[in-house]
Amino acid sequence: MRSALQQPFKTAVLVLVWGWLLFLVFTPNLLVVGASVMTRDPGSFIALPFSLDAYRQLLNPLYLEVFLHSLYMAAMTTLCCLLIGYPFAWALSKVPKQRQMLLIFLLIVPFWTNSLVRTYALKLILATNGLLNNALLGLGVIEEPVRLLYTEGAVIIGLVYLLLPFMILPLYSVFDDLREDYLRASHDLGAGRWPTFIHVIVPLTLPGVLAGIMLVLLPAMGLFFVPDILGGSRNLLVGNVIKNQFLDARNWPFGAAASILLTLAMAFLMFAHKLSKKRLGEDGV
Amino acid sequence: MSRWLPRGYLAIVYGLLYAPIIVLVVFSFNDSRTGYEWGGLSWRWYESLFNNRAMVEAMWNSLWLALSAATVSTLIGALTALALHRYRFRGKKVLNGMLFVVMMSPEIVLAISLLALFLLVGLQLGYVSLLLAHVTFCLPFVVITVMARLSGFDERLPEAARDLGANDFTMTRTVLIPVIMPALLAGWLLGFTLSLDDVVVSTFVSGPSYEILPLRIYSMVRVGLKPEVNALGTLLLVFSLVMLMLSQWILTRSKQ
Repeated sequence: MRSALQQPFKTAVLVLVWGWLLFLVFTPNLLVVGASVMTRDPGSFIALPFSLDAYRQLLNPLYLEVFLHSLYMAAMTTLCCLLIGYPFAWALSKVPKQRQMLLIFLLIVPFWTNSLVRTYALKLILATNGLLNNALLGLGVIEEPVRLLYTEGAVIIGLVYLLLPFMILPLYSVFDDLREDYLRASHDLGAGRWPTFIHVIVPLTLPGVLAGIMLVLLPAMGLFFVPDILGGSRNLLVGNVIKNQFLDARNWPFGAAASILLTLAMAFLMFAHKLSKKRLGEDGV
Repeated sequence: MSRWLPRGYLAIVYGLLYAPIIVLVVFSFNDSRTGYEWGGLSWRWYESLFNNRAMVEAMWNSLWLALSAATVSTLIGALTALALHRYRFRGKKVLNGMLFVVMMSPEIVLAISLLALFLLVGLQLGYVSLLLAHVTFCLPFVVITVMARLSGFDERLPEAARDLGANDFTMTRTVLIPVIMPALLAGWLLGFTLSLDDVVVSTFVSGPSYEILPLRIYSMVRVGLKPEVNALGTLLLVFSLVMLMLSQWILTRSKQ
Protein backbone atom coordinates (compact mmCIF):
# COMPACT_ATOMS: atom_id res chain seq x y z
CA MET A 1 0.00 0.00 0.00
CA ARG A 2 1.39 3.38 -0.95
CA SER A 3 1.64 6.06 1.68
CA ALA A 4 -0.47 9.23 1.81
CA LEU A 5 2.39 11.30 0.45
CA GLN A 6 2.58 9.22 -2.69
CA GLN A 7 -1.12 9.59 -3.31
CA PRO A 8 -1.80 13.23 -2.64
CA PHE A 9 -4.96 13.21 -4.77
CA LYS A 10 -6.56 10.30 -2.96
CA THR A 11 -5.68 11.82 0.40
CA ALA A 12 -7.06 15.22 -0.55
CA VAL A 13 -10.36 13.76 -1.78
CA LEU A 14 -10.82 11.58 1.28
CA VAL A 15 -10.02 14.41 3.68
CA LEU A 16 -12.49 16.72 1.94
CA VAL A 17 -15.32 14.17 1.87
CA TRP A 18 -14.78 12.91 5.38
CA GLY A 19 -14.40 16.45 6.68
CA TRP A 20 -17.67 17.54 5.11
CA LEU A 21 -19.66 14.55 6.32
CA LEU A 22 -18.18 14.59 9.82
CA PHE A 23 -18.78 18.31 10.26
CA LEU A 24 -22.20 18.60 8.60
CA VAL A 25 -23.78 15.19 9.13
CA PHE A 26 -22.19 13.35 12.02
CA THR A 27 -21.64 16.24 14.45
CA PRO A 28 -25.08 17.81 13.93
CA ASN A 29 -26.80 14.49 14.57
CA LEU A 30 -24.71 13.97 17.66
CA LEU A 31 -25.71 17.45 18.83
CA VAL A 32 -29.39 16.60 18.47
CA VAL A 33 -28.97 13.42 20.49
CA GLY A 34 -27.04 15.43 23.07
CA ALA A 35 -29.61 18.22 23.16
CA SER A 36 -32.41 15.76 23.77
CA VAL A 37 -30.92 14.62 27.09
CA MET A 38 -30.04 18.09 28.38
CA THR A 39 -31.98 20.82 30.10
CA ARG A 40 -33.67 23.73 28.42
CA ASP A 41 -31.90 27.06 28.80
CA PRO A 42 -33.24 30.43 27.65
CA GLY A 43 -29.79 31.89 26.94
CA SER A 44 -27.73 29.18 25.29
CA PHE A 45 -30.65 26.92 24.27
CA ILE A 46 -29.34 23.90 26.15
CA ALA A 47 -27.54 23.44 29.43
CA LEU A 48 -26.46 20.78 31.89
CA PRO A 49 -27.50 18.82 33.91
CA PHE A 50 -28.47 15.83 31.85
CA SER A 51 -32.09 14.89 32.15
CA LEU A 52 -34.72 12.79 30.48
CA ASP A 53 -37.39 15.45 30.96
CA ALA A 54 -37.70 16.01 27.22
CA TYR A 55 -38.64 12.37 26.69
CA ARG A 56 -41.02 12.49 29.63
CA GLN A 57 -42.63 15.52 28.04
CA LEU A 58 -43.29 13.49 24.89
CA LEU A 59 -45.70 11.47 27.00
CA ASN A 60 -47.54 14.58 28.18
CA PRO A 61 -51.19 13.95 27.17
CA LEU A 62 -51.35 17.27 25.31
CA TYR A 63 -48.44 16.37 23.00
CA LEU A 64 -49.28 12.70 22.92
CA GLU A 65 -52.60 13.68 21.38
CA VAL A 66 -50.86 15.81 18.73
CA PHE A 67 -48.46 12.96 17.93
CA LEU A 68 -51.21 10.39 17.67
CA HIS A 69 -53.27 12.69 15.47
CA SER A 70 -50.23 13.30 13.29
CA LEU A 71 -49.55 9.57 13.10
CA TYR A 72 -53.19 8.99 12.17
CA MET A 73 -53.06 11.56 9.36
CA ALA A 74 -49.74 10.14 8.13
CA ALA A 75 -51.16 6.61 8.22
CA MET A 76 -54.26 7.70 6.30
CA THR A 77 -52.03 9.46 3.78
CA THR A 78 -49.93 6.33 3.35
CA LEU A 79 -53.02 4.16 2.99
CA CYS A 80 -54.52 6.47 0.36
CA CYS A 81 -51.21 6.58 -1.53
CA LEU A 82 -51.04 2.80 -1.43
CA LEU A 83 -54.65 2.32 -2.57
CA ILE A 84 -54.20 4.79 -5.44
CA GLY A 85 -50.58 3.91 -6.22
CA TYR A 86 -50.73 0.09 -6.25
CA PRO A 87 -53.18 -0.26 -9.16
CA PHE A 88 -51.56 2.75 -10.79
CA ALA A 89 -48.09 1.18 -10.78
CA TRP A 90 -49.60 -2.09 -12.02
CA ALA A 91 -51.38 -0.37 -14.88
CA LEU A 92 -48.26 1.65 -15.67
CA SER A 93 -46.15 -1.52 -15.99
CA LYS A 94 -48.62 -2.87 -18.58
CA VAL A 95 -48.29 0.14 -20.89
CA PRO A 96 -45.98 -0.32 -23.93
CA LYS A 97 -42.37 0.39 -22.97
CA GLN A 98 -41.80 3.55 -24.98
CA ARG A 99 -44.88 5.24 -23.62
CA GLN A 100 -43.92 4.15 -20.07
CA MET A 101 -40.89 6.44 -20.16
CA LEU A 102 -43.04 9.41 -21.07
CA LEU A 103 -45.57 8.58 -18.36
CA ILE A 104 -42.84 8.30 -15.72
CA PHE A 105 -41.46 11.61 -16.89
CA LEU A 106 -44.94 13.11 -16.40
CA LEU A 107 -45.01 11.61 -12.93
CA ILE A 108 -41.78 13.27 -11.82
CA VAL A 109 -42.46 16.69 -13.34
CA PRO A 110 -44.57 17.73 -10.33
CA PHE A 111 -41.84 16.39 -8.05
CA TRP A 112 -39.47 18.91 -9.63
CA THR A 113 -41.80 21.85 -9.09
CA ASN A 114 -41.97 23.79 -5.89
CA SER A 115 -44.04 21.85 -3.35
CA LEU A 116 -45.16 25.03 -1.60
CA VAL A 117 -46.59 26.38 -4.82
CA ARG A 118 -48.39 23.09 -5.46
CA THR A 119 -49.84 23.10 -1.97
CA TYR A 120 -51.00 26.65 -2.55
CA ALA A 121 -52.62 25.55 -5.83
CA LEU A 122 -54.67 23.02 -3.87
CA LYS A 123 -55.89 25.87 -1.71
CA LEU A 124 -57.32 27.54 -4.82
CA ILE A 125 -59.35 24.42 -5.46
CA LEU A 126 -60.44 23.57 -1.92
CA ALA A 127 -61.31 27.06 -0.60
CA THR A 128 -64.92 27.70 0.49
CA ASN A 129 -65.54 29.87 -2.57
CA GLY A 130 -62.95 27.92 -4.54
CA LEU A 131 -63.25 25.92 -7.73
CA LEU A 132 -64.43 22.60 -6.32
CA ASN A 133 -67.25 24.17 -4.31
CA ASN A 134 -68.29 26.32 -7.27
CA ALA A 135 -68.31 23.30 -9.55
CA LEU A 136 -70.36 21.23 -7.12
CA LEU A 137 -72.79 24.12 -6.58
CA GLY A 138 -73.08 24.59 -10.33
CA LEU A 139 -73.82 20.91 -10.83
CA GLY A 140 -76.41 21.04 -8.08
CA VAL A 141 -74.68 18.33 -6.04
CA ILE A 142 -74.63 20.58 -2.99
CA GLU A 143 -76.89 23.43 -1.88
CA GLU A 144 -74.36 25.40 0.11
CA PRO A 145 -70.57 25.64 -0.03
CA VAL A 146 -68.90 22.91 2.02
CA ARG A 147 -65.99 23.73 4.26
CA LEU A 148 -63.10 21.75 2.82
CA LEU A 149 -60.16 23.94 3.76
CA TYR A 150 -58.69 23.89 7.27
CA THR A 151 -59.87 20.36 7.93
CA GLU A 152 -58.10 17.10 8.59
CA GLY A 153 -59.22 15.94 5.14
CA ALA A 154 -57.53 18.91 3.46
CA VAL A 155 -54.22 18.06 5.15
CA ILE A 156 -54.48 14.44 4.05
CA ILE A 157 -55.36 15.48 0.48
CA GLY A 158 -52.36 17.83 0.45
CA LEU A 159 -49.99 15.16 1.75
CA VAL A 160 -51.27 12.54 -0.70
CA TYR A 161 -50.89 15.02 -3.53
CA LEU A 162 -47.28 15.78 -2.63
CA LEU A 163 -46.19 12.25 -1.76
CA LEU A 164 -48.01 10.00 -4.25
CA PRO A 165 -45.07 9.79 -6.71
CA PHE A 166 -42.87 8.49 -3.88
CA MET A 167 -45.27 5.58 -3.42
CA ILE A 168 -45.70 4.92 -7.13
CA LEU A 169 -42.03 4.82 -8.17
CA PRO A 170 -40.86 1.93 -5.92
CA LEU A 171 -44.10 0.05 -6.69
CA TYR A 172 -43.56 0.54 -10.39
CA SER A 173 -40.06 -0.85 -10.10
CA VAL A 174 -41.30 -4.10 -8.47
CA PHE A 175 -44.15 -4.48 -10.97
CA ASP A 176 -41.68 -3.89 -13.77
CA ASP A 177 -39.57 -6.80 -12.45
CA LEU A 178 -42.58 -9.07 -12.00
CA ARG A 179 -42.09 -11.89 -14.47
CA GLU A 180 -45.02 -13.00 -16.53
CA ASP A 181 -43.96 -16.68 -16.20
CA TYR A 182 -44.73 -16.68 -12.47
CA LEU A 183 -48.25 -15.52 -13.18
CA ARG A 184 -48.62 -18.07 -15.97
CA ALA A 185 -47.18 -20.81 -13.76
CA SER A 186 -49.66 -19.93 -11.06
CA HIS A 187 -52.45 -19.99 -13.61
CA ASP A 188 -51.27 -23.33 -15.04
CA LEU A 189 -51.22 -24.81 -11.56
CA GLY A 190 -54.90 -24.04 -11.39
CA ALA A 191 -54.88 -20.91 -9.26
CA GLY A 192 -57.56 -18.37 -10.07
CA ARG A 193 -57.01 -14.64 -10.23
CA TRP A 194 -57.58 -13.99 -6.55
CA PRO A 195 -55.27 -16.74 -5.20
CA THR A 196 -52.60 -15.68 -7.71
CA PHE A 197 -52.88 -12.13 -6.46
CA ILE A 198 -52.67 -13.10 -2.79
CA HIS A 199 -50.01 -15.81 -3.04
CA VAL A 200 -47.85 -14.60 -5.93
CA ILE A 201 -48.27 -10.93 -6.73
CA VAL A 202 -48.59 -9.56 -3.19
CA PRO A 203 -45.49 -11.31 -1.78
CA LEU A 204 -43.42 -10.40 -4.83
CA THR A 205 -44.38 -6.73 -4.64
CA LEU A 206 -44.04 -6.48 -0.86
CA PRO A 207 -40.55 -4.87 -0.89
CA GLY A 208 -41.94 -2.15 -3.15
CA VAL A 209 -44.90 -1.64 -0.83
CA LEU A 210 -42.60 -1.30 2.18
CA ALA A 211 -40.24 1.04 0.32
CA GLY A 212 -43.23 3.16 -0.65
CA ILE A 213 -44.52 3.22 2.93
CA MET A 214 -41.07 4.28 4.09
CA LEU A 215 -40.90 7.12 1.57
CA VAL A 216 -44.41 8.38 2.38
CA LEU A 217 -45.11 7.77 6.07
CA LEU A 218 -42.18 9.72 7.50
CA PRO A 219 -42.33 12.81 5.27
CA ALA A 220 -46.07 12.80 5.98
CA MET A 221 -45.20 13.52 9.60
CA GLY A 222 -42.61 16.17 8.83
CA LEU A 223 -43.98 18.42 6.06
CA PHE A 224 -45.05 21.21 8.38
CA PHE A 225 -46.03 23.65 5.65
CA VAL A 226 -48.97 21.49 4.51
CA PRO A 227 -51.01 21.96 7.70
CA ASP A 228 -49.83 25.58 7.85
CA ILE A 229 -51.42 26.25 4.48
CA LEU A 230 -54.33 23.78 4.37
CA GLY A 231 -55.02 22.56 7.87
CA GLY A 232 -55.42 25.43 10.29
CA SER A 233 -54.16 25.24 13.84
CA ARG A 234 -55.89 22.04 14.90
CA ASN A 235 -54.35 19.59 12.47
CA LEU A 236 -50.68 19.70 13.36
CA LEU A 237 -47.97 17.30 12.31
CA VAL A 238 -44.96 16.18 14.37
CA GLY A 239 -43.02 18.48 12.04
CA ASN A 240 -45.01 21.49 13.26
CA VAL A 241 -44.28 20.57 16.88
CA ILE A 242 -40.54 20.25 16.16
CA LYS A 243 -40.53 23.52 14.26
CA ASN A 244 -42.37 25.36 17.03
CA GLN A 245 -40.06 24.01 19.69
CA PHE A 246 -36.95 25.06 17.80
CA LEU A 247 -38.00 28.36 16.27
CA ASP A 248 -40.68 29.76 18.61
CA ALA A 249 -40.81 28.08 22.01
CA ARG A 250 -37.02 27.66 22.06
CA ASN A 251 -37.31 24.34 23.84
CA TRP A 252 -34.49 22.50 22.11
CA PRO A 253 -34.40 19.36 24.26
CA PHE A 254 -38.07 18.68 23.56
CA GLY A 255 -37.77 19.42 19.83
CA ALA A 256 -34.69 17.19 19.66
CA ALA A 257 -36.46 14.35 21.47
CA ALA A 258 -39.39 14.58 19.04
CA SER A 259 -37.05 14.44 16.08
CA ILE A 260 -35.28 11.41 17.54
CA LEU A 261 -38.69 9.76 17.73
CA LEU A 262 -39.03 10.35 13.97
CA THR A 263 -35.54 9.01 13.31
CA LEU A 264 -36.26 5.86 15.29
CA ALA A 265 -39.45 5.36 13.30
CA MET A 266 -37.39 5.67 10.12
CA ALA A 267 -34.83 3.14 11.36
CA PHE A 268 -37.63 0.70 12.18
CA LEU A 269 -39.19 1.01 8.73
CA MET A 270 -35.82 0.60 7.02
CA PHE A 271 -35.21 -2.53 9.06
CA ALA A 272 -38.60 -3.96 8.04
CA HIS A 273 -37.87 -3.18 4.42
CA LYS A 274 -34.50 -4.92 4.55
CA LEU A 275 -36.04 -7.92 6.27
CA SER A 276 -38.73 -8.31 3.61
CA LYS A 277 -36.15 -8.19 0.82
CA LYS A 278 -34.00 -10.76 2.58
CA ARG A 279 -36.91 -13.12 3.09
CA LEU A 280 -37.80 -12.90 -0.58
CA GLY A 281 -34.19 -13.69 -1.45
CA GLU A 282 -34.15 -16.79 0.81
CA ASP A 283 -37.32 -18.08 -0.79
CA GLY A 284 -35.30 -18.35 -3.94
CA VAL A 285 -37.43 -15.94 -5.90
CA MET B 1 -59.05 -7.59 -18.01
CA SER B 2 -59.99 -5.02 -20.60
CA ARG B 3 -57.22 -2.77 -21.84
CA TRP B 4 -59.25 0.35 -21.28
CA LEU B 5 -59.84 -0.01 -17.57
CA PRO B 6 -56.17 0.41 -16.57
CA ARG B 7 -55.66 3.16 -19.12
CA GLY B 8 -58.70 5.06 -17.95
CA TYR B 9 -57.46 4.75 -14.40
CA LEU B 10 -54.02 6.11 -15.34
CA ALA B 11 -55.68 9.02 -17.13
CA ILE B 12 -57.82 9.89 -14.09
CA VAL B 13 -54.87 9.89 -11.68
CA TYR B 14 -52.75 11.98 -14.06
CA GLY B 15 -55.68 14.36 -14.40
CA LEU B 16 -55.87 14.77 -10.62
CA LEU B 17 -52.09 15.25 -10.34
CA TYR B 18 -52.09 17.96 -12.97
CA ALA B 19 -55.37 19.71 -12.17
CA PRO B 20 -53.94 22.00 -9.45
CA ILE B 21 -50.97 22.90 -11.64
CA ILE B 22 -53.21 23.75 -14.58
CA VAL B 23 -55.49 25.81 -12.35
CA LEU B 24 -52.46 27.68 -11.06
CA VAL B 25 -51.16 28.49 -14.54
CA VAL B 26 -54.58 29.56 -15.84
CA PHE B 27 -55.27 31.73 -12.79
CA SER B 28 -51.92 33.46 -13.10
CA PHE B 29 -53.37 35.23 -16.16
CA ASN B 30 -56.63 36.04 -14.41
CA ASP B 31 -57.45 39.72 -14.10
CA SER B 32 -59.83 39.23 -11.16
CA ARG B 33 -58.54 40.20 -7.74
CA THR B 34 -60.63 37.75 -5.71
CA GLY B 35 -58.82 34.86 -7.29
CA TYR B 36 -61.83 32.59 -7.74
CA GLU B 37 -63.77 34.09 -10.63
CA TRP B 38 -62.54 34.58 -14.12
CA GLY B 39 -62.03 38.27 -14.89
CA GLY B 40 -60.37 38.16 -18.30
CA LEU B 41 -56.77 37.77 -19.44
CA SER B 42 -54.12 39.95 -17.87
CA TRP B 43 -50.41 40.19 -17.18
CA ARG B 44 -50.98 42.30 -14.08
CA TRP B 45 -49.73 39.71 -11.56
CA TYR B 46 -46.52 39.22 -13.48
CA GLU B 47 -46.09 42.99 -13.56
CA SER B 48 -46.75 43.41 -9.86
CA LEU B 49 -44.34 40.55 -9.21
CA PHE B 50 -41.48 42.27 -11.00
CA ASN B 51 -42.34 45.65 -9.51
CA ASN B 52 -41.92 44.20 -6.03
CA ARG B 53 -38.31 44.92 -5.18
CA ALA B 54 -38.08 42.59 -2.20
CA MET B 55 -39.48 39.81 -4.39
CA VAL B 56 -36.99 40.41 -7.19
CA GLU B 57 -34.17 40.46 -4.66
CA ALA B 58 -35.35 37.16 -3.17
CA MET B 59 -35.44 35.71 -6.69
CA TRP B 60 -31.83 36.69 -7.34
CA ASN B 61 -30.78 35.40 -3.93
CA SER B 62 -32.46 32.07 -4.63
CA LEU B 63 -30.91 31.75 -8.06
CA TRP B 64 -27.45 32.57 -6.74
CA LEU B 65 -27.84 30.14 -3.86
CA ALA B 66 -29.06 27.34 -6.15
CA LEU B 67 -26.25 28.03 -8.60
CA SER B 68 -23.53 27.90 -5.96
CA ALA B 69 -25.05 24.97 -4.03
CA ALA B 70 -25.38 22.92 -7.23
CA THR B 71 -21.81 23.69 -8.24
CA VAL B 72 -20.22 22.91 -4.88
CA SER B 73 -22.28 19.74 -4.38
CA THR B 74 -21.44 18.51 -7.88
CA LEU B 75 -17.77 19.07 -7.20
CA ILE B 76 -17.72 17.32 -3.83
CA GLY B 77 -20.26 14.71 -4.92
CA ALA B 78 -18.24 13.76 -7.99
CA LEU B 79 -15.05 13.41 -5.95
CA THR B 80 -16.92 11.32 -3.38
CA ALA B 81 -18.30 9.05 -6.08
CA LEU B 82 -14.83 8.64 -7.58
CA ALA B 83 -13.35 7.83 -4.20
CA LEU B 84 -16.08 5.28 -3.47
CA HIS B 85 -15.70 3.75 -6.90
CA ARG B 86 -11.92 3.64 -7.19
CA TYR B 87 -10.34 3.48 -3.79
CA ARG B 88 -10.35 1.00 -1.02
CA PHE B 89 -10.19 2.70 2.32
CA ARG B 90 -11.17 2.13 5.88
CA GLY B 91 -14.66 3.30 6.80
CA LYS B 92 -16.03 3.10 3.26
CA LYS B 93 -19.21 1.53 4.57
CA VAL B 94 -19.58 4.26 7.17
CA LEU B 95 -19.21 6.91 4.45
CA ASN B 96 -21.83 5.19 2.32
CA GLY B 97 -24.05 4.88 5.36
CA MET B 98 -23.83 8.58 6.18
CA LEU B 99 -24.83 9.54 2.65
CA PHE B 100 -27.74 7.12 2.85
CA VAL B 101 -28.83 8.61 6.18
CA VAL B 102 -28.81 12.12 4.70
CA MET B 103 -30.97 10.97 1.82
CA MET B 104 -33.45 8.97 3.86
CA SER B 105 -33.84 10.97 7.04
CA PRO B 106 -36.83 13.28 7.22
CA GLU B 107 -35.82 16.75 6.04
CA ILE B 108 -36.87 18.31 9.30
CA VAL B 109 -34.40 16.16 11.25
CA LEU B 110 -31.57 17.33 8.98
CA ALA B 111 -32.82 20.89 9.35
CA ILE B 112 -32.76 21.04 13.14
CA SER B 113 -29.43 19.23 13.39
CA LEU B 114 -27.84 21.80 11.08
CA LEU B 115 -29.48 24.67 12.95
CA ALA B 116 -28.06 23.31 16.21
CA LEU B 117 -24.60 23.09 14.65
CA PHE B 118 -24.65 26.59 13.16
CA LEU B 119 -25.86 28.23 16.36
CA LEU B 120 -23.42 26.36 18.56
CA VAL B 121 -20.38 27.24 16.43
CA GLY B 122 -21.64 30.82 16.22
CA LEU B 123 -22.16 30.97 12.44
CA GLN B 124 -24.46 33.82 11.50
CA LEU B 125 -27.52 32.49 9.67
CA GLY B 126 -27.51 33.73 6.09
CA TYR B 127 -25.94 32.85 2.78
CA VAL B 128 -23.14 30.69 4.18
CA SER B 129 -25.38 28.59 6.43
CA LEU B 130 -27.87 28.12 3.58
CA LEU B 131 -25.08 27.09 1.21
CA LEU B 132 -23.61 24.54 3.65
CA ALA B 133 -27.06 23.07 4.31
CA HIS B 134 -28.10 22.91 0.66
CA VAL B 135 -24.84 21.30 -0.43
CA THR B 136 -25.29 18.70 2.30
CA PHE B 137 -28.75 17.59 1.19
CA CYS B 138 -27.85 17.69 -2.51
CA LEU B 139 -24.68 15.66 -2.05
CA PRO B 140 -26.14 12.11 -1.92
CA PHE B 141 -28.16 12.71 -5.10
CA VAL B 142 -25.06 13.80 -7.01
CA VAL B 143 -23.09 10.84 -5.65
CA ILE B 144 -25.78 8.39 -6.78
CA THR B 145 -26.03 9.92 -10.25
CA VAL B 146 -22.26 9.82 -10.78
CA MET B 147 -21.90 6.32 -9.27
CA ALA B 148 -24.53 5.00 -11.67
CA ARG B 149 -22.48 6.32 -14.56
CA LEU B 150 -19.22 4.95 -13.19
CA SER B 151 -20.63 1.45 -12.67
CA GLY B 152 -21.07 1.04 -16.42
CA PHE B 153 -17.54 2.13 -17.15
CA ASP B 154 -14.69 0.12 -18.71
CA GLU B 155 -12.14 -0.44 -15.93
CA ARG B 156 -9.30 -0.89 -18.41
CA LEU B 157 -9.30 2.78 -19.43
CA PRO B 158 -7.82 4.15 -16.18
CA GLU B 159 -5.37 1.24 -16.12
CA ALA B 160 -4.22 2.11 -19.62
CA ALA B 161 -3.80 5.75 -18.60
CA ARG B 162 -1.74 4.67 -15.59
CA ASP B 163 0.43 2.42 -17.77
CA LEU B 164 1.07 5.36 -20.05
CA GLY B 165 2.51 7.21 -17.11
CA ALA B 166 -0.40 9.32 -15.90
CA ASN B 167 -0.67 9.91 -12.17
CA ASP B 168 -4.04 9.78 -10.37
CA PHE B 169 -4.80 13.44 -10.89
CA THR B 170 -3.97 13.46 -14.61
CA MET B 171 -5.88 10.22 -15.14
CA THR B 172 -8.93 11.65 -13.40
CA ARG B 173 -8.78 14.83 -15.45
CA THR B 174 -8.22 13.25 -18.86
CA VAL B 175 -10.08 9.93 -18.60
CA LEU B 176 -12.64 9.90 -15.80
CA ILE B 177 -14.03 13.43 -16.00
CA PRO B 178 -14.97 13.19 -19.71
CA VAL B 179 -16.68 9.86 -19.05
CA ILE B 180 -18.77 11.12 -16.15
CA MET B 181 -19.54 14.52 -17.73
CA PRO B 182 -23.20 13.73 -18.53
CA ALA B 183 -23.74 12.52 -14.96
CA LEU B 184 -22.08 15.69 -13.65
CA LEU B 185 -24.45 17.84 -15.67
CA ALA B 186 -27.49 15.81 -14.62
CA GLY B 187 -26.36 15.91 -10.99
CA TRP B 188 -25.82 19.65 -11.20
CA LEU B 189 -29.30 20.23 -12.59
CA LEU B 190 -30.82 17.98 -9.92
CA GLY B 191 -28.96 19.87 -7.20
CA PHE B 192 -30.03 23.19 -8.66
CA THR B 193 -33.69 22.20 -8.62
CA LEU B 194 -33.55 20.64 -5.16
CA SER B 195 -31.98 23.79 -3.79
CA LEU B 196 -34.44 26.11 -5.53
CA ASP B 197 -37.46 24.19 -4.22
CA ASP B 198 -36.36 23.51 -0.68
CA VAL B 199 -38.62 24.87 2.03
CA VAL B 200 -38.10 22.75 5.11
CA VAL B 201 -34.34 23.06 5.59
CA SER B 202 -34.23 26.71 4.50
CA THR B 203 -36.90 27.67 7.03
CA PHE B 204 -34.50 26.70 9.79
CA VAL B 205 -31.11 27.83 8.56
CA SER B 206 -31.84 31.18 6.89
CA GLY B 207 -31.62 34.53 8.59
CA PRO B 208 -33.12 37.94 7.91
CA SER B 209 -29.98 39.05 6.08
CA TYR B 210 -30.58 36.75 3.12
CA GLU B 211 -34.19 36.23 2.08
CA ILE B 212 -34.85 33.51 -0.48
CA LEU B 213 -37.85 32.76 -2.66
CA PRO B 214 -39.48 29.73 -0.98
CA LEU B 215 -39.53 31.53 2.35
CA ARG B 216 -40.99 34.65 0.77
CA ILE B 217 -43.71 32.49 -0.85
CA TYR B 218 -44.28 30.75 2.47
CA SER B 219 -44.96 33.99 4.29
CA MET B 220 -47.29 35.06 1.45
CA VAL B 221 -49.43 31.93 1.23
CA ARG B 222 -49.95 31.43 4.93
CA VAL B 223 -52.40 34.29 4.99
CA GLY B 224 -55.15 34.07 2.39
CA LEU B 225 -54.69 33.98 -1.35
CA LYS B 226 -52.16 36.06 -3.22
CA PRO B 227 -52.60 36.15 -7.01
CA GLU B 228 -48.92 37.05 -7.39
CA VAL B 229 -48.09 33.57 -6.12
CA ASN B 230 -49.88 32.09 -9.15
CA ALA B 231 -47.62 34.07 -11.46
CA LEU B 232 -44.51 33.19 -9.48
CA GLY B 233 -45.51 29.53 -9.35
CA THR B 234 -46.02 29.47 -13.10
CA LEU B 235 -42.57 30.94 -13.66
CA LEU B 236 -40.99 28.39 -11.32
CA LEU B 237 -42.90 25.60 -13.05
CA VAL B 238 -41.67 26.60 -16.51
CA PHE B 239 -38.17 26.98 -15.16
CA SER B 240 -38.13 23.52 -13.51
CA LEU B 241 -39.64 21.96 -16.61
CA VAL B 242 -36.86 23.36 -18.77
CA MET B 243 -34.23 22.12 -16.33
CA LEU B 244 -35.77 18.66 -16.13
CA MET B 245 -36.03 18.32 -19.90
CA LEU B 246 -32.45 19.49 -20.23
CA SER B 247 -31.18 16.86 -17.81
CA GLN B 248 -33.22 14.08 -19.47
CA TRP B 249 -31.91 15.17 -22.83
CA ILE B 250 -28.32 15.10 -21.63
CA LEU B 251 -28.73 11.66 -20.06
CA THR B 252 -30.48 10.02 -23.04
CA ARG B 253 -28.11 11.59 -25.55
CA SER B 254 -25.07 10.32 -23.67
CA LYS B 255 -26.43 6.76 -23.73
CA GLN B 256 -26.53 6.66 -27.52
